Amino acid sequence: MRYWVKKILLLLITLFAVSLFVFLAFQIIPGDPATRMLGTSATPERLEALREELGLNRPVLVRYGDWLGNFLRGNAGTSYTYSTPVSALLQDKIPVTLTLSAISFLLVLAISLPLGLLLAHREDTLLDRILTPINQVIMSIPPFFTGILFCYVFGIILKLFAPGNYVAFQTDPLGHFVYLFFAALAIALPKSAMTIKMLRGSIGIEMEQDYIRTAYARGNTRYGALRRHALRNAIVPVITFLAMTLADIIAGSIVVEQVFSIPGIGRLLLSSISGRDYPVVQVIVVFIAFVVVATNFIADMINQRIDPRLRLT
Amino acid sequence: MKYFRNALAILLTATLLAVALCACTGDKPPASASPDGSLETSNSEPIYGGEVTVGIGQDLEDSLDPHNMEAAGTREVLFNVFEGLVKPTSDGNLIPAVASDYSIENNGATFVFTLRDNVLFHNGAVVTVGDVVYSLERCMGKDRSEPLVSAFAAVKSVEATNDKTVVVNLNSPNPEFLADLTVAIIPQDYDSATPVGTGPFRFASHTPLESVVLEKFDGYWGTPAYLDKVTFQIIGNADTIAMSLESGAMDICPHITTTQSAGLSDDFYVLEGTMNLVQAVYLNNAVAPLDRLEVRQALSHAIDRDAIMLVTGDGRGTAIGSSMYPAFQKYFMPELSDYYDYNPETAKQMLADAGYPDGFDLTITVPDYTQHIETAQVVAEQFKAIGVNVTIQQVDMNTWLEDVYQNRNYEATIIGFDAKTLTARAMLERFSSTASADSINISNFSNDEYDETLAAAMSATDEETQVALYKRCEEILTEQAANLYIQDLCDLVAIRGNLSGYTYYPLYAIDMSKVYYTG
Repeated sequence: MRYWVKKILLLLITLFAVSLFVFLAFQIIPGDPATRMLGTSATPERLEALREELGLNRPVLVRYGDWLGNFLRGNAGTSYTYSTPVSALLQDKIPVTLTLSAISFLLVLAISLPLGLLLAHREDTLLDRILTPINQVIMSIPPFFTGILFCYVFGIILKLFAPGNYVAFQTDPLGHFVYLFFAALAIALPKSAMTIKMLRGSIGIEMEQDYIRTAYARGNTRYGALRRHALRNAIVPVITFLAMTLADIIAGSIVVEQVFSIPGIGRLLLSSISGRDYPVVQVIVVFIAFVVVATNFIADMINQRIDPRLRLT
Repeated sequence: MKYFRNALAILLTATLLAVALCACTGDKPPASASPDGSLETSNSEPIYGGEVTVGIGQDLEDSLDPHNMEAAGTREVLFNVFEGLVKPTSDGNLIPAVASDYSIENNGATFVFTLRDNVLFHNGAVVTVGDVVYSLERCMGKDRSEPLVSAFAAVKSVEATNDKTVVVNLNSPNPEFLADLTVAIIPQDYDSATPVGTGPFRFASHTPLESVVLEKFDGYWGTPAYLDKVTFQIIGNADTIAMSLESGAMDICPHITTTQSAGLSDDFYVLEGTMNLVQAVYLNNAVAPLDRLEVRQALSHAIDRDAIMLVTGDGRGTAIGSSMYPAFQKYFMPELSDYYDYNPETAKQMLADAGYPDGFDLTITVPDYTQHIETAQVVAEQFKAIGVNVTIQQVDMNTWLEDVYQNRNYEATIIGFDAKTLTARAMLERFSSTASADSINISNFSNDEYDETLAAAMSATDEETQVALYKRCEEILTEQAANLYIQDLCDLVAIRGNLSGYTYYPLYAIDMSKVYYTG
């Protein structure tokens, strides 16, 4: 119990530190919302007047405290760029990114678990010799490149979707999923390849262990020893890896959203950073940090269920 | 075994890459370029109705408030929604809009406008003198410490003399101020969350990072728009512009690059115009060795504009030699681009005479725009030939705005300046050492003759004298090699074959009211 309390405390401290760090980072990089809004018609007087209006000329920590206080009370602030509440801005974007990430993650599971097991089972066969190098290649192709390739092949040639013409869930749910599917696949491919390699390697190590010899001695086939004995041990590092992958997928979607013109938080994050719209950046970064910490938390819990040795009292 | 695996891996990578590269270049015929860029690209009769999606490079991020918008990308979209007492035409003149008539009195210190009858706002209300006075006083910043529109610092008072007439009084004569009266007329007690203007299109919706939707305004006083609906879609990724056009997601895309236009199919044609900006290597005249006239002149001889245009636009673009672009027909002096001939030998000699026989180091700070970065790379090569070692420092636009523009903490930078109003002042005032009301003198250029000529030009009431004085200002900038003026970049617009009527303006504007389907 104390372990979990500690974990949750750590989670909160992480989120606090991340938000403070991002806030301070905006003080270091040049430019603020006022410089961007005035552009090349800025004069020192006009800048000063606008900063006064926006409350930008108060000390950093006062502004941070202000932001934190509002945030804890459930008020995420107002975007400087769009003069709309950040919550209204995000409520359409977060589901898009989460759907994209969820499809990617399911694809990673659907591709990597069966293939990883298959390759581990057929180690050093012809199949292994053909698939493993392919796997290696796929692992090294960045998602934005696969994304552009998919846009061309599936979009322009096969006309399965119209690149650049994002379909909102509200207008056409099926079209929405089809559109997101190809983006998700672009993200999922290299991650799947890594997971396959990880799973295959992890099983490979376990299959060398003494207890597997014992399992053989008790009359297990190779498949039986793999499934009943090695897998349970081999899966623990893979689950930790998958948790990291999920966090990676959300980060990776930022890039792929650009390629496919998907209006998720990735596009919003990038444009808010370049626009110095820090109320928006704050919330998105805290959200991403939350997802990362929370997934690791969940992975810990799952691992403890699988492997009693990891359980703490 | 391992060897074979590696060999196989390499082979596979190579195959995949080959496939990918084929996919990228494609083997399509080059897109057809319209020969003259005129409106009549097709003989068919215009069809009323239809919807068009236009790709725009950036969201309307600064403000939907017409008196507060600064970004060129915002102005060119909202051009369709808002109108002033007068408005610019595609050939660079000002015509009455919300006003039906105007007269300029007191040598240009007083402007008298007669309101057009029954001009409607998008909310259905009739425009009254009260709305006009409200709009102009809002620009003056009556309830703020600073004018909302900086040029309005020159306004003394705005008054309605009867229910059809509005008089604008300036502090001092300035006939050019008419161009500033293109500012939007908006209803009293304006709420900037829902833009309301008098233009041919009314604002329907804005979804951040997705689109801005405009709908035809049926109550428009002037020539109505052909199209029923225009969606300005924000482009997420420049690499997929061609695909978005081909897939039907977009019908028109302004400001595309030559590479993008080359990848288009026969379904599209490409118009060529100019961007209406002055692209230059802006020099900080206050830092050594750029504070020396001989050094700046030497650098001017080292610039080969044709080589730069070959890279930025496949040879397209217009060479310029001072702070004025060709669309300002009255003021533009094409001969200034030949003032310094391209001659590295002369340049080297001049540098040696100035005490830099071995050249010097120069940092060029460039904001992250492809064309400026490409220009910087060519310039760096050209400077290398005369011994000047260039370091290119790439920064994001906001960093540029603060470091380079506001703090002027830089040596050289490449950027394009445009004009917000159709006045020569908008291009030239920024290099005066005194006037900082409207903009910052990025070059720290300081020249007494320039200041005097500019002041004389701005207060001149006779047009001929004024044009001559402004031209003299341009010459001074060239003679003093204030900056290394390069070009007005070419502006390519991809348009679906069955659309016609796209018109270029001498300002940033995408006028959708003239675009129509030809069937």
